Amino acid sequence: MKTDTVSGNRGLDLEEPLLFELGRKGRTGVDMPDAPKVASRLGGLEREGEIGLAGVSEPEVIRHFVRMSRNNYSIDANLYPLGSCTMKHNPRLNEKMARLPGFGDVHPLQPESTVQGALELINTLGHWLKTITGMPAVAMPPAAGAHGELCGMMAIRAAHEAKGDTKRTRVLIPESAHGTNPATAAQCGFTVDPIPGNERGRIDLAAVKAKLGADVAGIMLTNPNTLGLFENEVIEVAQAIHSVGGYFYADGANFNAIVGKAKPGDMGVDAIHINLHKTFSTPHGGGGPGSGPVAFSAALAPYAPLPMVVERQGRFHLIEHRGDKGEPGEKSFGRMRTFNGQMGMFVRALAYMMSHGADGLRQVAEDAVLSANYIMASCKDDMTSPFPGPCMHEALFDDRFLEGTGVTTLDFAKAMIDEGYHPMTVYFPLVVHGAMLTEPTETESKESVDRFIHVLKSLAKKAKSGDAQFFKDAPRYAPRRRVDETAAARNPVLRWTPPAPKAQAAE
Amino acid sequence: MRYLPLGPDDRAKMLGVIGAKSVDELFKDIPQKARITGLLDLPMHAGELQVERTLGAMAAKNRAAGAGPSFLGAGSYRHHIPSAVDHLIQRSEFLTSYTPYQPEVAQGTLQFLFEFQTAVAMLSGMEVANASMYEGGSSCAEAVLMAGRVTGRSKAVLSGALHPHYRDTVRTFCQFSPVTVEHGDPVIDGVEDLAGKLGPDVACVVVQTPDFFGNLHDYTKLGAACRAAGALLIVVVTEVVSLGALKSPGQMGADIFAGEGQSLGVGLNFGGPYVGLFATKKQYLRQMPGRLCGETTDADGRRAYVLTLSTREQHIRREKATSNICTNSGLCALAFGIHVSLLGEEGIRRLAALNHAAAVQLADALGAIKGVKVRNKTFFNEFTVELPGSATDVVEKMVGQGVLAGVPVQRLYRDRPDLANLLLVAASETNTDADRTAYVAGLKKVLA
Repeated sequence: MKTDTVSGNRGLDLEEPLLFELGRKGRTGVDMPDAPKVASRLGGLEREGEIGLAGVSEPEVIRHFVRMSRNNYSIDANLYPLGSCTMKHNPRLNEKMARLPGFGDVHPLQPESTVQGALELINTLGHWLKTITGMPAVAMPPAAGAHGELCGMMAIRAAHEAKGDTKRTRVLIPESAHGTNPATAAQCGFTVDPIPGNERGRIDLAAVKAKLGADVAGIMLTNPNTLGLFENEVIEVAQAIHSVGGYFYADGANFNAIVGKAKPGDMGVDAIHINLHKTFSTPHGGGGPGSGPVAFSAALAPYAPLPMVVERQGRFHLIEHRGDKGEPGEKSFGRMRTFNGQMGMFVRALAYMMSHGADGLRQVAEDAVLSANYIMASCKDDMTSPFPGPCMHEALFDDRFLEGTGVTTLDFAKAMIDEGYHPMTVYFPLVVHGAMLTEPTETESKESVDRFIHVLKSLAKKAKSGDAQFFKDAPRYAPRRRVDETAAARNPVLRWTPPAPKAQAAE
Repeated sequence: MRYLPLGPDDRAKMLGVIGAKSVDELFKDIPQKARITGLLDLPMHAGELQVERTLGAMAAKNRAAGAGPSFLGAGSYRHHIPSAVDHLIQRSEFLTSYTPYQPEVAQGTLQFLFEFQTAVAMLSGMEVANASMYEGGSSCAEAVLMAGRVTGRSKAVLSGALHPHYRDTVRTFCQFSPVTVEHGDPVIDGVEDLAGKLGPDVACVVVQTPDFFGNLHDYTKLGAACRAAGALLIVVVTEVVSLGALKSPGQMGADIFAGEGQSLGVGLNFGGPYVGLFATKKQYLRQMPGRLCGETTDADGRRAYVLTLSTREQHIRREKATSNICTNSGLCALAFGIHVSLLGEEGIRRLAALNHAAAVQLADALGAIKGVKVRNKTFFNEFTVELPGSATDVVEKMVGQGVLAGVPVQRLYRDRPDLANLLLVAASETNTDADRTAYVAGLKKVLA
C-alpha cells in the first residue's frame, strides 16, 4: 500500500476499516434490560455457536458510517449527470412527511378502519399519476422500474391468455433498450426480437412493421428513448402493434422530459411504469429503494396486480384477493410482493408533486430539456454527438471526439472525477460507441451547468492536446484510484471472514 | 418554485446558445396529438406549509401502530430502531447517491454493502449474500426461479406453512416460467410431509421458520432428503430477529435463504420499502440474482470495493440475465446494517431473548382467558390463538379498546372460513407489561 502519511489518512479523508475489524467482545451500541425468565418455547432449536457479529459502541458506529459516507459522491454535493437515472434534488420536506408516524409507523395489515389516511394517500397519488399519464388505471405495488416492467408485461401476457391467445411468444424490443427490458420479457416467458434503430436514432418503423405477426405479444419502447431522443413516430408504432393485436409497453425511465408536456395515454400506450425515484425525486439511496407504479390502458387495467385501493362512498378499501365476477381484481394476474407498495416512496412522491403542482411539473420538463440542450449546444465544437438535436432531457455524446487521442470514454469519465464531478452514464446505450449519456436535470442553476460545461470542454481540449497519460492516471484525487474490477470478478471475495489464527498468519 | 433555480433570464440566454426561439421548439418531436395544451388538471404549486397541512391531515387519519398497544406481525414486525440509524441514513452522501457504478467515488456505499452482505451471511449461516432484493416475498420468488436454473428441474414444492403472500408472489413470478408451483393446505400445527413430495422433477422445497403460524422447525432432515433427491432447500425467514435465538438456515443445510430484513432498521412503513435478504452457497454464486459487492484493490494497492460478477445481470446479459432486477433496496440495507452494527453479537441475542420472553408472557396470559387457546407448541415472538368467534370481528372490536390485537388468519386465507377464528399475535421488545395487561383486559371485555 502506498500512502504518504503515517496513518494512511489524508486530511479530512479518513481511512476506515471494516466494522468487523473494529469489533470487540462485549461491546454493544444498544442497551436493553435482561429478558424476564420464562419457560422457553423454542423447542430445543436454540442457536449454537457465535453468529460472528462485531461488538461496537454507538460512537464507534457513528464514526464508522460517517467516515464511510464521506467517500461517496452525492447530488447534495454536486451536479450528478448520470443519464437515465434523473439525479435531481431530493427535497427534505419529503423526508419529513414520510417519517410522520401516521405513515411510517403503520402496519400493512392493520384493520382498514385504522388506515384510511394511508389508503387515501395511495389513492391520491394514483389520481395524480393517472392525470399526468392520461391513463385510466394505475397499479401501485411495483418496488422499482424493473418490477414495474414485470408488472406491465405480466398484464400483457395475462390479457392475451384471457382471450385464449397463447401463441404470442415474441416481444419486440429496440436494440438501444435498457437491459431490464429484454430481461423482463424473458422472465415472462417471451422471446426477445430486437429492432434496429434508424439513422436518426429512433426506432425503425419499417423494421417494426416487418416484424409484426400473430405471434407478437407486444413491444417495449422507451420514450424518450435511451439516446435522449423522442420517438416522433410513437403513435404509428402504437397503431402498428395494435393492428396485430399486440400491446404497447412504454418504459417510463425518461418520463422527466415530458411530465406535464405530453401524455403517454395519448400516444397509444397500454402500460407505462413511472420511476418515482427518478421523475418524482424519491432519493436514490445508493441504489434503492425505488418505486415503479404502472399506469394501464383500459385494455390492460383488469389484469393489474393485487393489492389495489378502491374508494366507495368516501371510504377506502384494500382489495387483497382476486374478486368475484365483476368485482375489482377479478382478473388480476396476482400478487407480486408481500405487502401493499412502497408507501415511504409514495409519501415523498406526492409531497414532491404537490409542491410543484400542474405549473411546476410542466416547468420541470421544460427546464430539464432546456439544460440538456444547452449542454449539447455548448459542447458541440469540442465533443461529438451521434445525433443532431434537439434532444430531450439527456445530451448524448459519443467518443469520435477522442479518436486518435489514446483517451477512452472511461478515461474521460475518470478525469471528470478529479474535477469534482460524477461522470455521466458511460458505455450506455450500447448501440453508440463510447457513449456518454448526460442528464443535468432541472434542479441545476445556470451557473452550475456552466461550470460543468467548462469542465467538459476543457477536458475535451486537453485530450486532443495529446496528454493521454493524464487521463490514464485519473482519478488522482478520489478516495480511491482506479479499482481492479477484473481481480474482483476472478476471485470473488464477497464477505469479511475472520483472519486466520496468528501463528499461521505469521508465516 | 423553490426547487427550480432557472429564471426567465437564464432560460432566454440558454435558448440563445441553443439557437431556439422557444422552449416548445425543443419539444417539436412530440406529435401534436400527444401534447398537453395548457396545464394538467391538477392543483398549482404549493409551499412547504401547505403540503405539510394536507399530508399531515392524511397521516392523522391513521392509527400509528406505536400510538398504543400493537401486536401485529405476519411478516412485518414493529421493533425499536435506535436513533442513530435514521440520522445516519439521512447523511446526504448515503441518501442522495446512486448505484455505485463509479467505485472510486462510491466507496461509502460499496463498503456498507460489503458489510451488509457479511452480516446477512452470518445471521443466516450461509456462505454468500447479495446486496439486497426489494423485499421478502419477491426475494423468495427469485430463490425459486434460481433453483429452477440450478437444477434444470421444473417443480417447486411450497410448504403449507409458508406465508400466503410469499406463496402468491412465488406463483406470480413463476406463472409464465417453466417452473410449476405446488403447495399444500395451510399447516397450522406445523406438521407436514414435504420429503414425501420429493421426486425427479422437484427443483426445490420452500419452507419457513418461524413459519406463518409461528411454529419453529429444524429442517436439517428435510435438507438431507432434498440433497438425496437432487432438489434445493429454500428456507424463508420473515422475522430476522429470530436468527438471534434460533438455529440458522445455514446450520440446517439450506441451499438458499430468502428473507425479510424489515425488522432491523427499516420500520413498518405500511408495507414498504422493506429489504429483501438473499443468501446461498458459494457453488451457486453465478446463478444468484441481484447486485454483489466484492473486495479488490485500487491502482495504489489499497483495499477497495466494487460491484462484481455483473455478467449475471441485466445490463450486461440482457435476456439471459439471472433476473431483471436493477434498483434494489440500498438505503434500507444501510438501515439494516447500521441497526445490526449497533446491536452486535450481544445485542441481537439480547433482543431476540426479549422478544421471545414478551411472546411467552403474552401467550400465557391470553391462553388463560376462557375460550382462548394458543395453538403453538413452539414459537419465537409470534403465535396463533384460536378464539371462540371470528378473529376479524375481535380485531375490529379491539380497535375500540385501543389495541391492535393481531392479524386474522382469514385476512390472508379468504377462502378458508374454517380458519375464521384464528388470530396471529406477535409481541416484541416494544410491548410493555401495561400493553399486555391492556390486551388481556380488552379481549376479556370483547369476548364477554
